[in-house]
Amino acid sequence: MTREFENIIVQTVCRILTPFLQVYALYVIAHGHYSPGGGFQGGCILGASYILMVIAYDINAVKLRMSEKINTLYCSVGVFIYAGIGLLCLILGANYLDYGILHKILPVDAVKARAMGTFAIEIGVGITVMAVMVSIFLNLATDGTHDEGVV
Amino acid sequence: MEFVIGKYNYWIYIVLMMIGFYAMIAKRNLVKKLVGMNIFQTAIILYFISIASKKGNATIPIIQKTQGAINPADYMNPLPHVLMLTAIVVMVSTFGVALALILMIYRKYKTLEEDEILEILRSQK
Amino acid sequence: MKFFALVAVILTGVALIYTTIDMPDWGDPNSPANSHVSPRYIEKSLEETATPNVVTAVLADYRGYDTLGETTVIFTAGIVCILLLRRKKDDKGI
Repeated sequence: MTREFENIIVQTVCRILTPFLQVYALYVIAHGHYSPGGGFQGGCILGASYILMVIAYDINAVKLRMSEKINTLYCSVGVFIYAGIGLLCLILGANYLDYGILHKILPVDAVKARAMGTFAIEIGVGITVMAVMVSIFLNLATDGTHDEGVV
Repeated sequence: MEFVIGKYNYWIYIVLMMIGFYAMIAKRNLVKKLVGMNIFQTAIILYFISIASKKGNATIPIIQKTQGAINPADYMNPLPHVLMLTAIVVMVSTFGVALALILMIYRKYKTLEEDEILEILRSQK
Repeated sequence: MKFFALVAVILTGVALIYTTIDMPDWGDPNSPANSHVSPRYIEKSLEETATPNVVTAVLADYRGYDTLGETTVIFTAGIVCILLLRRKKDDKGI
């Protein structure tokens, strides 16, 4: 009876806390320009919000929210965004990853375009770090089969 | 005496590094060796961060005032912080891959002590 | 076995402490780490990149290519864990 009671408290608190964790992670990614933060830190917090749900609940209940195929796709989407921005700068005429040339397609001046380019690659880094954290955790904790409950 | 006061930060991190190094080579369990590797890498990261500080009233490398000339003696050195972000990511990656290899060893040999694994390998030859 | 490990660790520690004689003092503003390219990053970062956080400006703008390599490193670690460990439930054990 004691075990059932503490499960209810843990599950309810984790379920209420997860949206605030995700909003805080997006805040850390977006404010990397003005305070300590950035892509890697925000991506870790996003991954931690998913891992908290897996620890509190069973893994089959959480796999309905984000399946394994979408998660593995997110791993590559982040690197693709990063390399794609560099390739876009190359197509527009400047060197690879030279964000100053992006003022031709964005309605800002050349100095602000560098800040915009930095922000875009931080988004890509955040997505990749989140997906890799979740993927490593699931593969290690369930010994390869994404099926049993987490002990 | 001022030799000790000037450089004692390096000595503290060397002691931490040697604790991790001892755990890597002297323990018999594979997971304990891995924990020693993690301590070693953390000591290296802290050692580089301690190089970045400056005496006087130097603050964190986020530019406070936006008008006029910026004096580099007011802000800490940002370059070791940047390099250590990369080092932390490499630390996490090697830890994940090493744990995956330990799981594969456990699946095959059903034990994690290194002398028992060597016994099984010698008797299988 | 553990005695030899202890001797090796103590010898390495003494050798490392001996090399700190030549290193700069803690907090020296004129040390070689604080003198060559780092003052330029601090002075020119706000007017060239419009980013007050110098660490993010150096990581994502001045040294953006290294951050691309690092993202590839963590991507490779995720792929390696999937390749080594993932199996279906009805496989016979190894």
